[in-house]
Amino acid sequence: MAPKTSPEIGGMGHSVKRKEDPRFLRGQGNYVDDVVLPGMLYLDIVRSPYAHATIKSIDTSKALAIPGVLAVITGKDLEKYNLHWMPTLMSDTQMVLPVEKVMYQAQEVAAVLATDRYIAADGVEAVEVDYDPLPVVVDPKKALLPDAPVLRTDKKDKKDNHIWHWEWGNREATDQLFRDAEVTVKQDIYIPRIHVSSIETCGCVAHFDKVTGKLKVWMTTQAPHAIRTVFALVAGHVGLSEEKIQIISPDIGGGFGGKVPVYPGYVIAVAASVLTGKPVKWIEDRMENLQADSFARDYHITAELAGNKDGKLTALRIKTIADHGYTDAAANPSKFPAGLFHVCTGSYDLKAAHVEVDGVYTNKPPGGIAYRCSFRVTEAVHTIERMADLMAHELNMDAAELRMKNFIKPEQFPYKSALDWEYDSGNYGAALQLAMDKVGYAELRKEQAEKRARGELMGIGISSFTEIVGAGPSKHFDILGLKMFDSAEIRVHPTGKVIARFGTKSQGQGHETTYAQIIAEELGFPVANILVEEGDTDTAPYGLGTYASRSTPVAGAACAIACRKIKDKARKIAAYLLEAHEEDLEWEPGKFFVKGSPDRAKTIQEISLAAYTNHPPGTEAGLEAVNYYDPPNLTYPFGSYICVVDIDKGTGEVKVRRFVAIDDCGNIINPMIVEGQIHGGLTMGLGPALYEEIQYDESGNCLQGSFMNYLVPTAVETPNWETGNTVTPSPHHPLGAKGVGESATVGAPAAIVNAVVDALWHLGVRHIDIPITSAKVWKLLREAGVRG
Amino acid sequence: MDKVPIKLSVNGVEHSAEIEPRLLLVHFLRENLGLTGTHIGCDTSHCGACTVVVDGRAIKSCTAFAVQADGRSITTVEGLEQDGKLHPLQDGFFQEHGLQCGYCTPGMLMTGLAFLKTNNSPTDDEIRHAISGNLCRCTGYVNIVKAYQYAAQKMRDGGE
Repeated sequence: MAPKTSPEIGGMGHSVKRKEDPRFLRGQGNYVDDVVLPGMLYLDIVRSPYAHATIKSIDTSKALAIPGVLAVITGKDLEKYNLHWMPTLMSDTQMVLPVEKVMYQAQEVAAVLATDRYIAADGVEAVEVDYDPLPVVVDPKKALLPDAPVLRTDKKDKKDNHIWHWEWGNREATDQLFRDAEVTVKQDIYIPRIHVSSIETCGCVAHFDKVTGKLKVWMTTQAPHAIRTVFALVAGHVGLSEEKIQIISPDIGGGFGGKVPVYPGYVIAVAASVLTGKPVKWIEDRMENLQADSFARDYHITAELAGNKDGKLTALRIKTIADHGYTDAAANPSKFPAGLFHVCTGSYDLKAAHVEVDGVYTNKPPGGIAYRCSFRVTEAVHTIERMADLMAHELNMDAAELRMKNFIKPEQFPYKSALDWEYDSGNYGAALQLAMDKVGYAELRKEQAEKRARGELMGIGISSFTEIVGAGPSKHFDILGLKMFDSAEIRVHPTGKVIARFGTKSQGQGHETTYAQIIAEELGFPVANILVEEGDTDTAPYGLGTYASRSTPVAGAACAIACRKIKDKARKIAAYLLEAHEEDLEWEPGKFFVKGSPDRAKTIQEISLAAYTNHPPGTEAGLEAVNYYDPPNLTYPFGSYICVVDIDKGTGEVKVRRFVAIDDCGNIINPMIVEGQIHGGLTMGLGPALYEEIQYDESGNCLQGSFMNYLVPTAVETPNWETGNTVTPSPHHPLGAKGVGESATVGAPAAIVNAVVDALWHLGVRHIDIPITSAKVWKLLREAGVRG
Repeated sequence: MDKVPIKLSVNGVEHSAEIEPRLLLVHFLRENLGLTGTHIGCDTSHCGACTVVVDGRAIKSCTAFAVQADGRSITTVEGLEQDGKLHPLQDGFFQEHGLQCGYCTPGMLMTGLAFLKTNNSPTDDEIRHAISGNLCRCTGYVNIVKAYQYAAQKMRDGGE
C-alpha cells in the first residue's frame, strides 16, 4: 500500500526513523536504575536456598550491627500491616515475605535496607535464617497423586495441589469425530518453563513523601495504570489512596511479559519507603531475575488430531497439565485461566475440538505469564502446528499440501472457529505460497532427497500460524475486573504542535514513533511536531498497558478515533474560517479545502491556531480529544514460516541454514519497525526452540539460574532472518492494523521443530520436545544407529 | 573498608577518587561519575550491557574493579559523540534500526568501537562473532550487523 502522506509528514507506511533513538544512542535513556534521589536507600533481598521449608527463625542481629544497615524487614514486620500476602492478577494469593514457610528456591525471605547497595548486600550475607526442610514437589503430575504433600497449607480446606479445571469446546462432537476418523495421531508435547530474560532486570525506586502523603514509584512495569490501582486496592487499608499514588514507568529495557506482574520486591520497597519516608531503590540482579521472577509456558500437553486419509482434518482433542508453581500468578484475562489456549485449532477449518487444562501447584516460582505472546497462544500454535506436521508425515503427504488443504479459505472470513473465536480476516494460502516461493520449496525438497540418499541430515519445517491479539472486547476481557480497553489523549497546541499520551507503555516497540505516525496519517501534522508520552499515571489517560501485542490493536485504534474527533472539530473551524458549509469541505492530508476550489483551504496548522484565537462562536475553544477504545473483536495476525536445518550427525547440532518468515499483520504503520519486531520475535522463537529451558532437580534447585546455563541466543547462533509480508487488513480496526510484536515468537518454534523432525523422520523420530539441544539429537541419532 | 585513591581518564576528562577496593568499575562510572549510559544486565560477563573501552580494548565493566582502571583511559557511550556529531556507529544504529529498547545498545556500540579499530572491513560473520558477548533480546541482531557495516563503510570513507 502506497503511503497517503509525504515522507516529511511521515504517516502510515513510511519507515520513519525512530524518535526515541537519539537519547538511547547517546546513553541518555532514563531506565529505573538511572533514577537517583537525594537520601535514597538501597534494598536487597535475602532469598531461600530451599524449595520448601519451614522458617524456624530469622536472626537479624549481625546484619543490623553493620554500619549503614538501617533495617531488616521480615514477613512478621509486614504481617502487622496485613501486607505479608498479596493477591495475584488471577485472584490467587502470593507471599510478599513469608511468615511460616517458603515455597520455592530463591523466594524472598527478608529484606535489608541500607545506605548503599554494597552495604545492603553485606547485610543480606549477615542475616541468619534457620530452616526446617519440607518434602519438595517439582513434577506437576506427581503433585496430583493422592499421597502428594499438600503445598498450600495456608488455604484452609485445601486437600490437594489442584488449582482449577477448565475446558472448552464440544466434547461429544469431538469424540464422535475421533470415532469416525480414518486416521488419528496422538502426541505428548512438553513446552518447558522459560524466562523472558529482558536485558534490563526488574526494579523500582519508591518514594513516599510523609508530608504530602504522596507515593511516587518509578518501576519496570508494562502496565503502570493497572499497577496503581492494584497498589491502592492492596494497601488502601494502610492509607495509600489512589489519587496520591503516581506510577512512573520510565524507559524500559525490554518487557516481553515479564514486567506485567507485581513482584514482592516492589511491594517491600514501597513498604520500606512508607515506613522510613525516604526513597528506596530495589534492583534485582540477573540470578534473582532468572530464579524468582514469573516464568512462562510449562505446559504438559497430550494432543490428538483426527482426519481422513485424503488429508482433510476433522477434530482436535487436547488435555493439558499446567504447572503454575506455588501460586497462580499468571497475567491472563480473568475469564480465561488458560489464557487464549483455545485458539489451538489454528489456521485450520476443523469441525470440532475440545480442550481441557488443569492448573497445578508445585514448589517453583509463580507464573504462567507470557513470553512475548498473547496469553498462551504460543502453546496453542506449537501444538496444532506439530500435530498438523505429524499427520502429514503419517499420511506420507507433503506438509505444505496438507496445510493448503485444510486452511480456512479467504471467503470464509469472518470465520467462527470450532472453539468459538471469530477470526477477523486472513489469507493463509497466499502467505504459505509466498514463503514457499521465497525459500524455493520444490528445489529444497529435491536437495533433501539427494542428501538423504547420501546419508546427510537436512529438514524443512513449516509453521502456518494464526495469532490472536489485541485484548480485548470488554464483554469477555478484564484483569481483576478492569476492562481491557486502552486510551489516547491528544492535545493540539496553538502553534500546530501536538502532545499525545497513551495508556500503554513501550518497552522498545517504538511507540513514540508509531503513534506519532498514526496522528500524522489522520491529521497531517508532521511526525517531527508530535510528542508522544506514556508511562506516567499522573499525566497519561488510564489504560491496561502494553503486552499481548495489544498496543496497536487497542491504543492505536484509540489514537485514530481521538484524531477523528479532532478532525471533526477542525472541520467546523475550517468551515467557519472559509465561510463554507462543513459538507462542502474536503480533506487531504494536512488541510481542508472547498470542493472544486482547492486554493480556498485552511491547513491543520491554521486551524490549530484558530482553535485558540478565533474559534467559531458558540463552540468550545481548544483542539483536544480523548478516546477510550473498547475493541469490538480481537485481531488475528497470521503468517507462514519455513525453516531449513542441517544436522551434524557427529555432534547432533542443529544449524538453522535458512528461515523465511512471511507475516501478515494487516495494514502496516512503519515497515522498518515491523521488520525489526519480526527479527526480534524470531530470535525469541529460536531461543526456546533450541536453547532455553529452566529446569529443577528433585530438590527443587533451579538448574539454569544465570546466563552461564540459561542460553539466550547470541548473534552467532541467530540466522540471517529472511522476511516478507502479505497485507490482509483487519476489517474492524480503524486503521486495518492487527499487531505484530509477538507473531514471530509464537510461530517460529514449531517451524524449527518441524524441520528437525522432518530431517529425522526416516530414522523413526516422531517428536522432540523443545529445546532441541544437541545432546537430545545426539542421543536420538545414536539410538537409531547413526554413526557420526 | 579502607579506601584507595585512583586516577583515571574517562571520555577525556581526568578524575581522581577515593574508593573501596571492591567497587565495581560499572558502579564507579554510573554512580560516582553519573555516567548512566553504561548498563548492568547480568553480573556474570555474559550480556555485555556494561561494555566500555579501556585503553582501546572492550571490557565488561561489571566484572572489573574500579581500582583496576587506575591510570587508564576509558571511553563510555557518553564519549562517542564528538562536537555534536554522532559517531558512525551511533549513526549506523539509527539508520539501520539497530536498537529497540536501547538497553543493550551502549554495550553494542562500545564493542563496535574497539572491534572496528582492529577490522574496518569486516564480514558479517566476523561481526557476529565480535558481538557474541553482547546479548540483545529485541533486535535479532540482523540490523545490528547492518549497523556495524554502515559504520565501517562510513569510517572507511572518512579515512578512519
